[in-house]
Amino acid sequence: MLSLLHAVFVAPFLDMAGAPTFLAEVLIGGIAAGLMYSLVALGFVLIFKASGVFNFAQGVMVLFAALTLVGLMEMGLPVAVALLATVAVMVALAFGIERVVLRPLVNQAPIILFMATIGLTFVLEGFGEMLWGANVKKLDVGIPDESFKVAGILLNKLELTAAGTAAVLVAVLAVFFQRTRIGRALRAVADDHEAALSIGIPLKTIWVVVWSVAGLVAIVTGIMWGAKSGVQFSLSLIALKALPVLILGGFTSVPGAIVGGLIVGTGEKLGEVYWGPLVGGAIENWFAYMLALVFLVFRPQGLFGERIIERV
Amino acid sequence: MIYREAGQFKSTYASDQAIFPIVQDRWVVLALLAAAVVVPTALGSDYWLQAVLIPFLIYALAALGLNVLTGYAGQLSLGTGGFMAVGGYAAFKLATAFPGLNILAVFVLSGLVAAGVGLIFGIPSLRIKGFYLAVATLAAQFFLSWLFNKVAWFSNYAPSGTITAPARTVLGVMVTGPNATPGARYAVAIGVAIVFALLVKNLVRGRVGRAWMAIRDRDIAAEIIGVRPLRTKLLAFGISSFLCGIAGAEYVFLYLGSAETQAFDINLSFLVLFMVIIGGLGSVLGSFLGAAFIVMVPIFLANAPHALGLYMPVALQKQLELMVFGGLILFFLIVEPNGLARLWQITKEKLRLWPFPH
Repeated sequence: MLSLLHAVFVAPFLDMAGAPTFLAEVLIGGIAAGLMYSLVALGFVLIFKASGVFNFAQGVMVLFAALTLVGLMEMGLPVAVALLATVAVMVALAFGIERVVLRPLVNQAPIILFMATIGLTFVLEGFGEMLWGANVKKLDVGIPDESFKVAGILLNKLELTAAGTAAVLVAVLAVFFQRTRIGRALRAVADDHEAALSIGIPLKTIWVVVWSVAGLVAIVTGIMWGAKSGVQFSLSLIALKALPVLILGGFTSVPGAIVGGLIVGTGEKLGEVYWGPLVGGAIENWFAYMLALVFLVFRPQGLFGERIIERV
Repeated sequence: MIYREAGQFKSTYASDQAIFPIVQDRWVVLALLAAAVVVPTALGSDYWLQAVLIPFLIYALAALGLNVLTGYAGQLSLGTGGFMAVGGYAAFKLATAFPGLNILAVFVLSGLVAAGVGLIFGIPSLRIKGFYLAVATLAAQFFLSWLFNKVAWFSNYAPSGTITAPARTVLGVMVTGPNATPGARYAVAIGVAIVFALLVKNLVRGRVGRAWMAIRDRDIAAEIIGVRPLRTKLLAFGISSFLCGIAGAEYVFLYLGSAETQAFDINLSFLVLFMVIIGGLGSVLGSFLGAAFIVMVPIFLANAPHALGLYMPVALQKQLELMVFGGLILFFLIVEPNGLARLWQITKEKLRLWPFPH
């Protein structure tokens, strides 16, 4: 019993203190992975905030964006043109989704909308693969995937770029939400649909804007994930990894998505490296969920989520 | 004209509260049930039994379980696959540890094991609601499949991690294992399905079911009028996991024959959730209709191009299948968000007035 307690509560921390460089590398790896989760979670939060739709299709939108970009580049287009074309495709997709899926389902229960986005996932997955093929593709947008050492700690250029991009994206989104006219309209819709409608904010336009922005976030995420591990079907599964991130951060908070991603990323890596061997490894699959579950019992609305107030 | 209840007077409370208060309904349902038990067992081809009817009944049972939790008690769950896995592995452990135990008892016991696990994962539902709860149930899904994969004890230390259903008999007829005929397995599946459908139907129209629906519709109001949320929610989790557990045991023993944890992955959870939504939330009949729909559509889609004389590459066909499947789900949600059960209700209303609609 004592040795078990030692193995769980003492030995991992001794390991950490014994090899600080290694610990730093694990932490940085965790932060890099966490930022990727944050990017996906960001897409979720945007749509949930503005329309109350829990968009399960965000993961497959990432895949679809990456597939489109790679496909266009393989056709010989330069990176910039291909990127613009992909943006156009994602915006068109947002229009399509609003017209075909969201508009007929106005005023339905949240679970129905959630199921609709799962249906959308199937459609997009089939469509993307039909257009661009199902094999793994290499995405090369000119970011070198090489490592170098700073103060004895191994760093990866690609991961640093991803971190920088995520930071820029969040800053841009924050300015967009706080300072622009459309951003204000988006926040108004998020607060209260009916009140927003009554002061003349066009709900349909707002939805298209929000889905387009989520599409743009999906492109950025797709580029980062694609450059790291190739464009393939498993990209759409990162949506599942983004769910605990959402819970930790709260469904309605952009900073929450980022912080939640970092917590999940680092927690997962630390858990896998220092505690994983105790139970046979591969705990990465469920660790984040358990973390989120324990967390929820104490704080049901997440770290930064709006307080849930129940009115009778 | 034919379907009319005029002249059928209810003189006792019992007859007024019957499951099928209309005489015609009662006869049709009885006839259908008899046909469902006798015809496929005696005449069904192995392909139909094995590929369509047995999975249909098993999925319907799982959908019934999820419908209790999501449709009646209003607690969204994405952990169905995990609870089915508990049932499957528990049945395997029980059947191999106690070879003399009747297989039907094994099914029920493994359902009870799953119910216990469901109760544990149901505890967070007291604090959290809606999508937060859905993600919490995903923890059950991933943790359980990791557990069964990692701990070799659950698969009796089989090097491949596969569990295989041992051969067992009911009343002297072989019903599980490689030598059981599809007919015998079907008979067991439909027997179990009928018993539990009846049980759930009676549960949801009684005190327990009304408490569930009160919690679903407005939990705070329900609490104020005296429904205990703790007991009611946990009971829903327990009974739901119990049914899913039995479905999981059947999934391994009657349908797959042998299984790994991948058989119970997140896709299974989504599939069962689709059945509940398409069939109709909060409807026993809907669980069966939804399961039939989801089982039949892929088979239909796989065979339709052939029937039309179209030949296409396998990959393209797979992608088209995916797209049509997703499209159909969207279509159904848009046209009838209340599911197939609601369509059937509307048909019945129309039928009562036919052929004089006024």
